[in-house]
Amino acid sequence: MRLIYILPTMIFAAVALALGAGLTLRPDIVPSALIDKPVPVFSLPGLGAGDTDIGIDSRGFSSDDLKGRVSLVNVFASWCIPCRAEHPLLMRLADKERLAIFGLNYKDKPSEARAWIKKLGNPYRRIGVDPKGRVAIDWGVYGVPETFIIGPKGRIRYKHVGMLRPRDVDDVILPIIRKLGQ
Amino acid sequence: MIAEIGHYALVLALVLALVQGTVPLIGAERGNATLMALGRSVAAGQFVFIALAFASLMAAYVVSDFSVENVARNSHSAKPMLYKIAGVWSNHEGSMVLWVLILALFGALVAGFSANLPPALRARVLAIQGMIGSAFLLFILLTSNPFLRLDPAPADGNGLNPILQDPGLAFHPPFLYLGYVGFSVAFAFAVAALIEGRVDAAWGRWVRPWTLAAWCSLSLGIGLGSWWAYYELGWGGFWFWDPVENASFMPWLAGTALLHSAIVVERREALKSWTILLAILTFVLSLVGTFLVRSGVLTSVHSFASDPMRGLFILAIVIAAAGGALVLFAIRAPALKGGGLFAPISREGALVLNNLLLITATATVFLGTLYPMLLEAIGSGKVSVGAPYFNATFLPLMLPVIAAMAIGPMLAWKRGDATAAWSRLRFAFAVALAAALVAWYLQGGPVMALVGLGLAAWLIAGAVAELADRIKLFRAPLKVSFARLVHLPRATIGMTVAHMAMGLTVTGITLASAWQAEKILIMAPGQSVAIAGYDVVWGGTQEVMGPNYRAQRGTLTVSRGGKAVTVLHPEKRLYPVEGSSTTEAAIHTTWFADIYGVLGDTHEDGRATIRLYHNPGVPWIWIGIIIMALGGGISLSDRRHRIGAPVRTKSRTGTPSGDTSEGAVA
Repeated sequence: MRLIYILPTMIFAAVALALGAGLTLRPDIVPSALIDKPVPVFSLPGLGAGDTDIGIDSRGFSSDDLKGRVSLVNVFASWCIPCRAEHPLLMRLADKERLAIFGLNYKDKPSEARAWIKKLGNPYRRIGVDPKGRVAIDWGVYGVPETFIIGPKGRIRYKHVGMLRPRDVDDVILPIIRKLGQ
Repeated sequence: MIAEIGHYALVLALVLALVQGTVPLIGAERGNATLMALGRSVAAGQFVFIALAFASLMAAYVVSDFSVENVARNSHSAKPMLYKIAGVWSNHEGSMVLWVLILALFGALVAGFSANLPPALRARVLAIQGMIGSAFLLFILLTSNPFLRLDPAPADGNGLNPILQDPGLAFHPPFLYLGYVGFSVAFAFAVAALIEGRVDAAWGRWVRPWTLAAWCSLSLGIGLGSWWAYYELGWGGFWFWDPVENASFMPWLAGTALLHSAIVVERREALKSWTILLAILTFVLSLVGTFLVRSGVLTSVHSFASDPMRGLFILAIVIAAAGGALVLFAIRAPALKGGGLFAPISREGALVLNNLLLITATATVFLGTLYPMLLEAIGSGKVSVGAPYFNATFLPLMLPVIAAMAIGPMLAWKRGDATAAWSRLRFAFAVALAAALVAWYLQGGPVMALVGLGLAAWLIAGAVAELADRIKLFRAPLKVSFARLVHLPRATIGMTVAHMAMGLTVTGITLASAWQAEKILIMAPGQSVAIAGYDVVWGGTQEVMGPNYRAQRGTLTVSRGGKAVTVLHPEKRLYPVEGSSTTEAAIHTTWFADIYGVLGDTHEDGRATIRLYHNPGVPWIWIGIIIMALGGGISLSDRRHRIGAPVRTKSRTGTPSGDTSEGAVA
C-alpha cells in the first residue's frame, strides 16, 4: 500500500522531465522525417456538391493533384482558432501570388468547414475531407494548422508547424517556393 | 533614487524571507517559543519591504522615469494613468514583484490572524511561506530585476502592448495572483501538517478559509480574463482552451476539489492524506501555471518575453516545492490515521465522487495543455489540439459533476438515504425535464444543449429545493421559515448561492455554445442585414483620436421590428507608439444576450467587412462567476471561520443524527 503514496512523486518526476525537455529542446533541430520524400498516396472526397458560387471544387483532393507545379498543402479545421488567424494570409497567397494551395480538412464536420469557407473565402484549389485524420497521420500531422510546400515532382520540401505569420511567409515560404519554381 | 530604494527593499525582504524560512522551523523542532515567535514579526517585516519595493516601482511608472529599463520598455508618457499603473504588472518583472507582494501579504495575514493556531504549527506554516518567498525573491533579483537603470535614459518609452491596454486586463493579474498565491497557504499548512505528522478537524477548519479566499479570487481572475478575451480578441468566443487559460483553470479545478475535501476533514476527519495531496497539487499547479506563462515555453496571446534562464529557475522552484512536498508526503502520509468510515451513498461519498471527477478533469486539461507545449518546443509556432479534444474529454466529466452537485447536499453524513434524497429532488428533476423540453420545443437544437440546459435547471432547482427543505418552506409558517433562514450557517447559504451560480454559468455557456448566430459579410454604407431577429444597418466609418491611438470608428445601427435598439461603434485602433493595431468589438447587452459587432477591413468607397454575432447567454456566464465568488465570500464570513470566534455548538431539537439539516457544507 505504500506504493500508492509514492505514486504522486513518480508522476511528478515524469512531468518535471517533460517540462525540462520543453525548455531545453530548441525549435530548429527537428526536421520532419518526410522532408524530401514523395507525398503519401491518398485520395480524399471533397466537401460535397453544391455551393459552386463560393468556389469550392467538390471533386476532392488526391496525391495526383500535387504533381507538375509547386504547391502548398494546408491542414486546417473550422474549430481551430490559429487557422482562422492565418486564413487571410492564405487568401493573399492564392490571390496575389497565384499559388496553388490545397486544403486538408482535418477532423472537421463538412457542413461546418463549408460554412467556414463560405464566410472567410476559399483560398484552396481542392479540399480533401479527412474526418478521422487517417491521411493526416501519413503526413505526420501533429495538430492544426500545418502547411507543407510540395515541389513540382510531388516531393515534400518544407513543413511549417503552427500558424503562418506574415514573417514566416515572406522570409521562409515564398523564398523556398521561388527557388523551387526556377 | 526611487528605483534604488526599491531594489534595496527587495534585497532586505529576501534576507527576512530567508530568516522566516529557517529560524521558526528550528524553533518548532526544538520547542523554542522565542524562535517560533520570530516568524510572525519577520513575516510582517517582509511584507512591509516588498510593499515598499512595489510602491517604488509603481512610482517610477507613474512619473514615467525612463531611466528605469523596465519602465522604458513597457510604458510611455502618453499612456493613460490607469495603464501606467497597470503597466507595473503587465510585464514579466513587475508581475513577479506583484506575485511576491501577494505572497508576503498572505504570510503577514497568517502571522496576524493566527492567534488560535498552535505556535509550532504556525511557525512551520510561516517557515514554508518564507521558503517560497525566498525562492521567488531570489528569482527576481537574479533573473528579473525590475529596477535596472538605463544610461542614457531614452526620451520616451516603448509603450505597452495595446491589446493589454484594457480595464479588464488591468485587474486580471492581481485577482489571478491572489488565487494562485493564496493556495500557497493551503500548501504551507499541508507541508506543516506532514512535518508534524498530524491532521485533525481543527486543521481542516484552519485551511478552509484560506482556500476559500484563494478560490474566490481565482474565480474572479479567470472570469475577468475570459471577459477580456471575449471582447478584445473579437471572435465572439469566451473560452479558447488557450494554454494560458488552462494554466489558470487547472488550479481552479484542483482548488475546487480541495475546498470540498477539506470539508470532509473538518466534519468527519476522513480523507486526510487525500486532502493533503490536493493542497500540494493545487499549489503546484499554480506554480506550473506560473512556469508555463513565464518561461516562454508556450506562445499564446498572453505570452511574455522569454528567457531560458528564467524558465529553468522557475522549473527548479517547481521541482523543489513539489518534489520536496511529495517526498515528504510519501514518507509521512501512510502514518496519517483515517477518521470516520462512511457508506458510498453519503455526503462524504458524494464529495469523493466530486473530487475524483474534478481531478480527472484537471488531468485531461493538463494533458491537452502539455501536449501542444511539447510539440511547440520541438516544432515551431502554435498548434491547436483544439476544442474537439476538450469537448470530447472535459465536458463528459463535467456532466456527472453537475448532476451530483444537486444530490450531494441532500445526503446525510456517514450514511445517506437515497430514497429520501430522491423524494426531495423530484421537484428539481421535473424542472430539469421541463427546461429541456421547453428548449427542445423552442429551438430543437443539439441534444447536448438540451442536456446542458436540463442539468443547469436541475442544479438550480436542486439548490432551491435543498434550501427550502432546510428552512421548512411551506411546511412551517412563513415566519418560522424566515427565522430558520436567518439562522442558517453562512457556510450553508454560501454553498447554495455558489451552486445556483454555477447553474447560471452552465446555462450561459450552453446557450452561447449552441445558439450563437454569426454573420460575416462585406457591407456597403446603408446596407442592412438581419441577425437573430435584429436588423443591423452599416453607417460607414469616421476617424477619431484617442489618448494614445487613432481609430476608425464604425457605426452599426441596430433595430428590432422597426424600433431602434442601439447604435454600436466597433473600432479599429492604431497605436503609433507601439506600431500595432487592435480591434475593439462593440457590444450591446440585453442581459439575456449580447449583440456583438466587429469592424474588419475597410475600403475606400466606405464598404467594410463586418462581423456580427448574437451571443445568447453570454452575460450569464460572468454574472454566474461573480455570484459564485460572492457565495464563497458569504461562506467565508461564517462564524466558524472567523478567527478566534468560538465554535458554536448547535442544539437544534428534532434532528436525529443523519438529518441533513445538521451539516453545513461549503
